[in-house]
Formats: sequence, C-alpha cells, structure tokens
Amino acid sequence: MTDAAELRRRTEELLAAHPPRSTDRSDFLKARFDAGLAWVHFPEGLGGLGLPRSLQAVVDAELAAAGAPDNEPRRIGIGLGMAAPTILGFGTDEQKRRFLRPLWVGEEVWCQLFSEPGAGSDLAALGTRAVRDEASGDWVVDGQKVWTSGAHNARWAILIARTDPDVPKHRGITYFVCDMTDPGVEVRPLRQITGEAEFNEVFLTGVRIPDAHRLGAVGDGWKVAQTTLMNERVSIGGSRIPREGGMIATLAKTWRERPELRTHDTHQRLLKLWVEAEVARLTGERLRQQLVAGQPGPEGSGMKLNFARLNQEITGLELELLGEDGLLYDDWTMRRPALVDFMGRDAGYRYLRAKGNSIEGGTSEVLLNIVAERVLGLPSEPRTDKDVAWKDLAR
Amino acid sequence: MSDLLYTEEEDALRSAVRDLLADHCDAASVLARVETDEPHDRALWKSLTEGMGLAGLLVPEEVGGQGATHREVAVVLEELGRSVAPVPYLTSAVVATEALLDCAGDEASTLLAALASGRTVGVLTVPLSAAPGQAFDGVRAEGGRLDGRVTGVADAAAADVLLVPTSSGLYAVGVGVDGVTVEPQTSLDRTRPLATVTFAGAPARVLTDNAVPAVRRALRAGAGLLASEQLGVADWCLTETVRYTRERHQFNRPVGSFQALKHRLAQVWLEVVGTRAAARSAADTLAAGSDDVDVAVAVAQSYAGPAAVHAAEEALQLHGGIGMTWEHPVHLYLKRAKADSIALGTAGRHREELAELVDLRAP
Repeated sequence: MTDAAELRRRTEELLAAHPPRSTDRSDFLKARFDAGLAWVHFPEGLGGLGLPRSLQAVVDAELAAAGAPDNEPRRIGIGLGMAAPTILGFGTDEQKRRFLRPLWVGEEVWCQLFSEPGAGSDLAALGTRAVRDEASGDWVVDGQKVWTSGAHNARWAILIARTDPDVPKHRGITYFVCDMTDPGVEVRPLRQITGEAEFNEVFLTGVRIPDAHRLGAVGDGWKVAQTTLMNERVSIGGSRIPREGGMIATLAKTWRERPELRTHDTHQRLLKLWVEAEVARLTGERLRQQLVAGQPGPEGSGMKLNFARLNQEITGLELELLGEDGLLYDDWTMRRPALVDFMGRDAGYRYLRAKGNSIEGGTSEVLLNIVAERVLGLPSEPRTDKDVAWKDLAR
Repeated sequence: MSDLLYTEEEDALRSAVRDLLADHCDAASVLARVETDEPHDRALWKSLTEGMGLAGLLVPEEVGGQGATHREVAVVLEELGRSVAPVPYLTSAVVATEALLDCAGDEASTLLAALASGRTVGVLTVPLSAAPGQAFDGVRAEGGRLDGRVTGVADAAAADVLLVPTSSGLYAVGVGVDGVTVEPQTSLDRTRPLATVTFAGAPARVLTDNAVPAVRRALRAGAGLLASEQLGVADWCLTETVRYTRERHQFNRPVGSFQALKHRLAQVWLEVVGTRAAARSAADTLAAGSDDVDVAVAVAQSYAGPAAVHAAEEALQLHGGIGMTWEHPVHLYLKRAKADSIALGTAGRHREELAELVDLRAP
C-alpha cells in the first residue's frame, strides 16, 4: 500500500460503496475518514494511511472528479490547520480518537484561545490562569482572550493558560482543549474596521477543564503551541495559485474593463505589483517543488510577509484606481461571518480587511525577526525577560 | 510549469566553478586588476573555457560545444556574479553565441565553434543598455564594408571578432583588420568595461541577411540569464553583510542584533529568494524554448535588477564607513549591480514590454 495506483483503487472503492449522489454528505465524509482517505499522512485509524502528504492530491483529484462533497476546509480551517496537527503531535490516544473525526468531518468547529489584550506578539506573557482543583483534579480557568475567529460557532477551543506564575514566562504555560459550551465561557463579538465581526473577545470565568483535556505535560504548553503556530503560518502563505491569481486578479480585471480609469501613475504601479505578485507566485511554486522533492527550504518563512504586503498594496491601488467609486463602501452592517470572503465584497472591504494580514498569525515585524534570526542566523536582541518569573514582569 | 530547482548536476557544476573562482578570482585581485590596462582576466577565462568547456554550454556538440542548456549557463553566471569576475562570459558565451545560433551557414558554424572553445571571444556590437527588440541603425553595410560607430559595447576590448547588426544583415568582422577601432571608455563597472567601436570601411562577412531575429534572440537570452548573474551579486551582498554584522560590535553588541538592521537584511533575503525563483523560471523557459519565454524573461528582468541594486546598496550602508572605502570589495558589487540594472533593458523597459505581453495596456 505505497503507490498512487493503490490509493486510487481505495478511492474508487469508497465511491462505489458510498455513491456521492445518493449518500448523505455527512455520512460520506465519515466513510471517507474511516477509509483513511481524509488526510493520508495521518496514521491508520485516524483518517489516514501513514503515507506521504504529497499523495493526498491523488485522492482529492479522484473525489473532485466524482463530484464528492468536501468538508468545507475554509469553514473549519482552525481545526484542520492548527488543532489537528497539535492533537496528533501531543494528544493521548483517547484524545485523538475523541476529537479528530468530528473535527475533520466538520461536525465540531474549533477556535483558538491564544492572544490576550496583554499578550499579542509577546504571546508567552499571557495571563489567563489555570489552577488545579486538587479535589476533582480539574483545572479552573479565569482570564480573557481576544481576536478569536469563529468563537461563536465553535464547539471546542485550543487554549493556552498560565499554570505556574513563579517560573519564567515560557515555562509556566499549559495547553488545553476547552469546551466552548461551558457556562463560564462568554463570547462577545469584536467589531472591526470593516464593520463586521469575524473576531470575538472570549471571557473565561471559572471554566472547568478535566485533566483528560490537557494536551502535553503541565508546563510544556509553549512547546506545544509552537506546533500550532508553525502550522498557522504555513497555511496562511502556502497555497498554490495560478499566474495572476489571488488579489492581483481583481485589479487586473478592473484595469482591462475600465480603460477610462487609467493614468500613467497607476499604470506604473500596477505593472510593478503584477511583477511582484508573479515573483511571489514563483517563490511559492519553488517552495512547493522543494517540498515535493523532499528538500524543504527556508523560503516558507517569507511567504506570509510577501502575501501581506502585496495584498495591502494591491487593494490600496485598486481603491485609488476606482476613483469616485473608491469613495463608496458596500455595507457597514455589523455581521458575524463564518468565513473571510475577500472576493465576495467590494474593493473598500478588501482594502480594510487586508490591513489585518500583516498583524494576524504573527505580525510582519515579528516574522522579519524570525527570518533574520532563524534563517540568516543574526543574533537576537538582548532580553530582559528571560530569567524573570512571570509574576515579576512589567505589565 | 517550470522546474525551478537545481539538479544534482547543476549543483556539481556550481561547486566546480565556485572552487575555481575561489582560487583565482578573489576580491583583492579583481580590485587590483581593474586599475590596469588589462581589465579582463585572460588566465581565468582560459581556465573557465579551455579547462572546463564553459563557453560552449549553449553550443550543440556537433558544432564543437557541450550541448547543455540555459539552466547550466545560469548556474555559471550566478557564480561569476558572486565573484564579479572580469571575464566576457555573458557577452561572448551567451549573447554573441545566441546570435550565431540563429544564423545558418558555414561562416556562423565556424565562428560558433571558435567561440565555444573560448579561444575566440565574440561580442555583439550593440550598447550594453540595449533591450531585446530595440532597433539598431548605427552601422551601414555596403559592398561588404562597414561604416559607423557604436558606443557602450561591453567587453569589446577583449573581443577577437565583432558581430555587427546593420539594416542589411548581421556581419562578422575581425578586430585586427584595418578600418576597425576599439576605444575603451571609462566605465562605471570596470569589471565589465565598455568601449566605443568605430568602423571605417572595415571588410566584413555577412552571417545572415536579416539581423533582427538574431539580435532579438541574443538579447532576450542575455536578459533572461542576466537575472542569474544579478542573483549571484545579490546573494554575495547578503551573505557578506550578514557575516559582517554578526562580527561588528558597537554599543557592546553585534550590530546585527539591532532590529533596525535585521529587518533590512530580512527584506533583502526576501528579494534574493524572489530573484532566485524568477531567474530559475527564466532559465528554464529559455532552455525549454517555451511559449512563455517572453513573459518569464520580462518578469525576471523587471525584478532582478532593482533587487540586486537594493542588496548592494544595503550592503554598503550596513557596512558603515568601511563600505565606503576603495579597499573593501562592496563597491565592486554596487557598480556591477547598478550597471546590470541598466544592461539589456532597465526594469522599467521590461515592465513596458510586459504591459503588452499580458494585456495591461498603458492609458
């Protein structure tokens, strides 16, 4: 069971046993998971077959051709991209069995309780406390989280909280799975500059988490969270796009369809951005080829930086090019969308939403530090917080 | 989709070229050489060509070459750029060779074999700044004799034979013959010196009746592969500046630990990574003769020139005072990067070309 042909055979078997046309969507997805065709690089019994990740494309192509339903990956992106790899890497067998199947089929939506009002780029400074209740063995959590996408739809959250304030900040954190239906969880929408609220503030008051829902050892939460964050950055910048795909497509379309808007200045800027978008695409393609060839390079660290800057510059130019129309906005109504939809909205929304691209999932400034230190090997800034107990840090 | 990686053979070729350059083309000797009357390094050229056969990479084996492709040439140019090597490789082994590859006939074949061996250096007499598609009317041909003048011709002082585009065809003329004068110009980049070439009734052999496609092909390949040289220049600047800022201490810290510097170097790294992807794309499409070659070359040249200049300018600034001295090699890279950003069409010209190619037309 190693080659693409065998994988194709298994996919055909699945399609024969559960014809997509006559099978309930959720039943089909569960059958696909149980056949090991959900994510082939996961272990057998957990939706996979222990195969190289690159072979997933074989399954996806077969299923798409047969018109099979997918698990709406964008709707459950936090679960797929962040919670799942962390549970796989650090969870107990019981946790893997309990969480991964409903996560992948989309029955249970996940959100991420990491950032706090006082812990953004310096996430390890977080102050949400988890205290062990010696009688029951449960953890009792109190604190506030912020920028939580999808908290209002989520069944579960990945949560990091401080379990030991007396040691330096990176060492006193523990990683948990938090039940979002706990009566101590309060979700409040956080309206953003676009008018809508993708994000939430989450207040945690006496939330009880059984010790069986801890991921990794007590005090190892920072190490566990690194897995989550690396996967977040990869998923943000890593998808394959065709030439003139993504944000530049809309700008190029407007340019071609509305010649009356063109000026020499916008022409120069358009061409420059078109070239930069094409070079970013080639860079991503080169990274993909390296991964397929089994020689991953450090290029991935830069993808999100490129993507954030380009999205912002392209949408800024788009709004300016539109002139009079750029002064309008499609809709300021406060909504709580399940997805970020750049293409379904007007240019003004794209411009405002893209501002978040250089903040969410690691600010561009932090990512530049990461490139400088981990890729180029430049020394880190002198640190004043390294050996100081968390409770003694300035805040 | 293009193959944007390096093969094992290409990596091996790179190592061999880099070893040779490390032994024979260190910065101090390049710096000393450019101040002499003999700026080209003929001994190095001999090692690269007669020793390693690199001048014949683009030439088919049956004509005396190596039968390799633009992908391998690109790797050689990366290494030559990394050493700002003063050899006529881009001009003779790429541009002049591509022009000859477009010509049929024995005259062209004989010249190709001569250029492939490296014992003859050939130069296309157009200004180094000329972009693909540009027209040339500086030289007239009448009755097998050439008259006219071309300025800014790179490596003409090292040439044995000149390939001369005229409205009545592409001609070859030996440098030693009566009626040909090559007058060196004082160049910004002395590692690729320019000269004025004057023809006064010089006897010449016609290679093809229509110079336009041959010159276009030559300059397009030159522009596409120049991106790899620019990559080598930029990569040297980044590597050397990272090394220096890790060692240089001020305020009791390595200066490379300051975020103000780190962010600038991380930005240069992003541009080097982008340049590598664009340069490999151009080399691979040239090698494959793909329909996409015009776009790939224009994209590479729209990006690589400014990226290399930025890398060199940052290298100078982040070296502080030492970067401003004649003794430190960073100025050789700045001068090469700036000259390269004008060579074979500026980024702006290539973007204008793209505007037509991808239908994003001017107002």
